[in-house]
This record gives sequence, C-alpha cells and structure tokens, in this order.
Amino acid sequence: MPDSTVIGLHHEEEHRPELLHHFAEPQQQRDAASLGMWVFLGTEVMFFGGLFCAYLVYRRWYFGDFAAASKSINMGLGATNTAVLICSSLTVVLAVWAAQTARRTLLIGSLALTMLLGLAFLGIKAVEYKDKFEEHHVPGASFSFDHVEIPGHPGEYANPRHAQMFFSLYFVMTGLHALHMIVGLGIFLWLFIMAWKGRFTPEWNTPVEIGGLYWHFVDIVWIYLFPLLYLIDRHP
Amino acid sequence: MSMATAIPQPAERENYLNKEYGVWSWLLTTDHKRIALLYLISITFFFFIGGFFALLIRLELLTPAGDLVQADTYNKLFTMHGMVMIFFFLIPSIPAVLGNFLVPLMIGAKDLAFPRINLLSWYLYIIGGVMMLHCMLTGGVDTGWTFYAPFSTSFTNTKIVEAGLAIFVAGFSSILTGLNFVVTIHRMRAPGMTWSRLPLFIWAHYATSIIQLLGTPVVAVTIVLVAAERALHLGIFDPKLGGDPLLFQHLFWFYSHPAVYIMILPSMGVVTEIIACFSRKRIFGYHFVAFSSIAIAVFGFLVWAHHMFVAGISVYSALVFSFLSYAVALPSAIKVFNWTATLYKGSIHYDAPMLYAFGFLGLFTIGGLTGLFLSALGINVHVTDTYFVVAHFHYIMVGGAVMGYLGGMHFWWPKISGRLYPEGWARLAALIVFIGFNLTFFPQFVLGYMGMPRRYYDYSHMPEFQVLNVLSTAGATVLGVGYLLPMVYFLWSMRYGKPASDNPWNAAGLEWKTASPPPTFNFDEEPVVTWEAYNYEELDAPHSEEVPVAR
Repeated sequence: MPDSTVIGLHHEEEHRPELLHHFAEPQQQRDAASLGMWVFLGTEVMFFGGLFCAYLVYRRWYFGDFAAASKSINMGLGATNTAVLICSSLTVVLAVWAAQTARRTLLIGSLALTMLLGLAFLGIKAVEYKDKFEEHHVPGASFSFDHVEIPGHPGEYANPRHAQMFFSLYFVMTGLHALHMIVGLGIFLWLFIMAWKGRFTPEWNTPVEIGGLYWHFVDIVWIYLFPLLYLIDRHP
Repeated sequence: MSMATAIPQPAERENYLNKEYGVWSWLLTTDHKRIALLYLISITFFFFIGGFFALLIRLELLTPAGDLVQADTYNKLFTMHGMVMIFFFLIPSIPAVLGNFLVPLMIGAKDLAFPRINLLSWYLYIIGGVMMLHCMLTGGVDTGWTFYAPFSTSFTNTKIVEAGLAIFVAGFSSILTGLNFVVTIHRMRAPGMTWSRLPLFIWAHYATSIIQLLGTPVVAVTIVLVAAERALHLGIFDPKLGGDPLLFQHLFWFYSHPAVYIMILPSMGVVTEIIACFSRKRIFGYHFVAFSSIAIAVFGFLVWAHHMFVAGISVYSALVFSFLSYAVALPSAIKVFNWTATLYKGSIHYDAPMLYAFGFLGLFTIGGLTGLFLSALGINVHVTDTYFVVAHFHYIMVGGAVMGYLGGMHFWWPKISGRLYPEGWARLAALIVFIGFNLTFFPQFVLGYMGMPRRYYDYSHMPEFQVLNVLSTAGATVLGVGYLLPMVYFLWSMRYGKPASDNPWNAAGLEWKTASPPPTFNFDEEPVVTWEAYNYEELDAPHSEEVPVAR
C-alpha cells in the first residue's frame, strides 16, 4: 500500500505503520473506529430490540404461563452468570486502562481473565441448557410442560403451548446472546495475541478500546435478559 | 445544445482504472471507486434477472386465461421478482454504486473510513446473491417478497429458509455500507467542508444510512425467527401454536416500509445535484432540502402499519398510522417545491441527466400523491391488494428510484469512466424509459381502481380488464428497450466515447475538481473548501477562472 502521500500537518517521520493511508492523523483514525463501533452497537440494539418486542407482547398475553415457565429455569445459575459478566466488565475496563498506560503484564492478565470469565459464562449456560434438555423443556416434539401450576394461582395449570413460546424465546434470545459471547471471545483472543506481541502502546490501542465496547454491550444485553427471563415470577 | 465538453487527451494520466490490471487487483481492492464498479456490475446482473421475471409476469397477464405458466409458477415469479429487485437491486443501487463512488469524492476524503469493511460488504452481497440464485434455480419461493406468516412458517413447502438467509446476509452488506457512510461523513470531511456546505447528495445518503442501520437489524432478527419457527417448529408467529401473525407483520414492515426510503432518498439526492447543475442555480432552500431528508428518515419509521389496515389492527391504531402517513408527505413535498423553485428562472439545459430528473419529478409526484390516497383509510380498504397499490409503489420505486439512478449514472459517467456517453442516444433512451414506464404502470392504476387484484395469474372471469393489461405489457416491452439502451451505449463509450474533461458539465462540487477518472487517492492535494455548495452563480460569473480549482 503506497503510503507516500502524507498530508496536513504530519510529516513523513511521524507517519506510523498503524495509521492507514486514508486518514490524516491518528486522532481521526481513532475517532472513526470508535464511532464505527458505537454505530454498529446501535444496529445491535435494534437486532435484540425485535426480540425484546416479541417477548414483551407474549409476556403480556400469557403472563401466568410465562411466569410458570420462568420459575422452572435455574435462577441461581442465572444470577451467578450475571455476577460473572459484571466481573468481566471490570477486567475489560482494567485492560483498556492498562493499554493506555503501557502496563503490559496487567493488559495480558486482564485479557486472559476476561476470556476465562467469558468461558465460565458459557459453561454455566451449557449446564442450564443441559438441564432444560433433560426436563424436556426444549421446544419441539418431545416438549412437555404438563401440570405445572401458575405461581400465585393454586390449582391453575400453565398452558404447555404458551410455556413452549416462553422457552422458544428463551432459547432464541440466550442463544443469540451466547453467539455474541463466542464472537467476543474470538475478538479477545486476537487482542490477547496482539498484546502478547507487544503491539499496543499508549499511542495506539484502539482495538482494545473498541473490543471492550463490544464486550460491554454484550454484558448489557444480559443485564436486560436476566430479569426478563429469570425474575418475572417474583411479582405475580 | 449539449453542455458536455470533450477535451483532446494528452498522454493518459494514472487513475484508479489504469493503475493496476488483473482480476485480483479488482477482487481484493479496497478502493471505494473500484468497489463501486464491482457493485455496478453485480446489481446490473440482478436487475436483468428481476426484469426477466417481470417480463414473464407481464406476458402471463397479456391474456385473461392463465395459459403461459401454472399458478404455482406465477406465485414464484412475482415473489422472486420482488426479492431480487428489492434486496439485490434497488436497496444497493444508488448507495452502493454512486454513493460508494461519490461520498468520499464529494467530501474531499481519500476513501471511506473503513475500506476493508467496504470490500467485505460487497462479498456479503455476492454471497447473499449466490444463495438467492441457488434458491431460485432449485425451486424458489412462493410467499410473495413479504414472507407473511403463518403461510411462510407452517404451510408453504418452498425454500423459505434459504431465501431468508440470502436476504439476511445481503442485509448485513447493506448495514455495513450504511455504517461506513455515517462514519465517513462524520469523520472524514476535508477542511472547510462544514455540514451546511455538504452537497445534498451527502445529506440524502446520511439519512439513508440511518434507516439502513436502524431498520435492517430488525428484519434480520425477524428472518431468524421465521427460520427458527420453520426449522424447529417454534410457535412464535403461527396462531395454531399460540403465536401472533400480526407480530410478524409489525416486525417485517418496521424495516420494509422504511426500506422504501432507502430506495428513494438517494435518488432524491441525485436529482438535487442534477437540477442545480442544469438550472445553473444554487439549490433553493438548501437547509429545508437537507433536513427534509432527515425528517423523511424519522417519519419513515412511524408509518409502517399503513400496510396492515385490513390485517386486523385496532381502528385507533389505524387512525394514528393514517395520520402519520400523511405527515411523511410533508418533507417529500418540501423537496418537490424546492426543486421547482430552483428551476424557476434557472438557465435550464435539457441534457440526458436533466431529462431523467424531470421524469423523476413527475413520476415521484404521482407516486407520492397516490400514496396519500392509500394513507386514507376509506380508499385504502377499497384498493388494498389491487393493482392500484402495485402501480403506486412502482411509481415510487421504479419511476422515482430507477429514474434517479439512471440520471445519476449519466451525470457522473464522465467522472466514473473518463468518457462521454453519446448524448443523442441518451436523450432518446430517457424518452423511451419515460414513455415505456407510464404505458406500463398508468393502466395499472385504472385496473386497480376497477378492482383487479394483485397476484392473480388468471382473470378470465373479468375479460374487460384485458385491454389495459395489453397496454401494460406493451409498455413493459418498451421499458425493457429503454433499459437495455444505456447499458449498450455505456459499454460502447468506454472504448469509443470521447474523453471527458475533468468537469464536463461545469458543475459545482469537489468530485469535479479532480481528474476524470480520479486518481486512486482521489485528489492530488488535499482539498480545502472555501466556498458554499452549489456556487453556480460564481462558476458562471464572467471571471470564472478566479474560482479556486484544486488541481
């Protein structure tokens, strides 16, 4: 890529290899990358927004059935996962700070810890999915949800068909969230390798910053999913 | 008298076309101008596929009896026509070709903010396109392009999941293009290129990008739900399983109504540039035209349920959506009035791009006004799912969007190719397109008002509809010739056309201040903007050589 056309106030000797040819200065490149990630996260909000909209419609229609179905998922595991993700947000912030202040060991450690927490989240999620599978709560031919009482309404049973809708949405929403976690793990693995090679400096650490933005976003989606899916039977 | 001027070309300068040769220099390029040409070739391919389906539809309707194709085949024909034309031609048309080429040039940048993501968006488009072609060749889809549930999720046995995935992938291509434009327009403007000096083409693309960014993810997740419901037998939209088919329509139209503005807004941007140039005037009411684009993007998100007036939504919600649909006409009307005011006392030149712009003005106005008919609840109930609706949206999407696209292709062809197209042929083609278009679609307004339903392949119970259908089919043939002509003479001009000067139209705008075709990094020196947009009075002043020229 010919990089000879340096323009503006910057001279040849200041031209850094990370600065792509079409940007005038590093600040512009950083701002563009950051804005790009924010805009992308905006599209992600809309993507999950459609699901939240579907969830809210049916939660209103079939509240009792949804509460009964919600009661059957393991709140303890969900709460643990929430704590795991909040801790991973802390390690991400530490990684960004370490990259900005040239603390390489802390950077590598925080990135590794973030990945470990992410893997822990997925492991706990897998346990939850396995439980649901064994309880025949996965929508499909073998689905069964017979004779489950609606919380707060003794003697009334949840409609299995409506409970199945809850589980459909549960699996689609948490599944798409888990997919985003897996993508995030890929990004952090790449960041980890780059940090290991010592590529990030206080002048150039944009990937850590925007990778961190993505990770925080995925955390925030969970912060909304957790009460909607796990806690709705608390106040029938 | 044509305004375009040719210059004798000295030894050829290095530009983005002749800098490198070879397949890989194109397939791995990150140059926005080359990616624009990749898009141009691909969308032209899909345009003719979609056009082929349209021609078969028109041939079937030539006679009242269903004698050319079977009913199932006809269902697939109009479905594939809609899917190909909307997702693989109209939505990428102006943004991905002209926008890709011009956005960096117009704001004085060397490239889009994320050149590699730009290339990725083309590859996603191609992957989606190949999936769509495979789907069509192995059976196709028969639901109509709208995928209405529960027919799409529980009943049809055609390739819903594959078509849905194709559209999902192409949707991400569209999201990435929009993301690139938004960041580029925010962060990459040349010194002095303030927001109120931006060409209105840029404002239109900014508004379009917002819609692409906020709307497309919703249709993407809707497709995920349809695919999941079909494959795993979930019950999200099928009422038999407890779901709500209206929810599908809400989610679908939340994107697919604003998608109409993805198609028309860039076209409005093109027409604004053309009208200013060929009237030799600053655009009237610059800020009104700029902000009406944003207003269309915002209002466009609040009118989707006017597609559902007869689907069983509550009458109060229908009233609100009817009112909001009227409201979206305001910014559109502001644009039309400002264009007209720009023409007033302008020094008007009737070159081919301007003929297309005039065509746009008339056809868009008809399409927009019939849109108001449809926003009115009473008339809507009468003409829902008739040819009136078909005619209305073709006036917007073909009469509006495609006219603007062709006008823009002619206007910027000298910049893209470095050659002039043959002006006489181009004017003839513009005339043929205009006549062919009206002959095809105006009879459909009448047919629809008389009660001919859309999506029927056999109207033998109503033989009196035949005359108008014959007119429409004849018009489609004329229109086909009108669309083939530019392709022929554009290709011809690449070899035999006269070399174009840097600024053959003597137009304002940064893209005309660099070479034709531009060098790979667009400008030899970083431009500094010291003038207002559309400074045609200055350009045409007797001492026009004092106007700053970058090169």
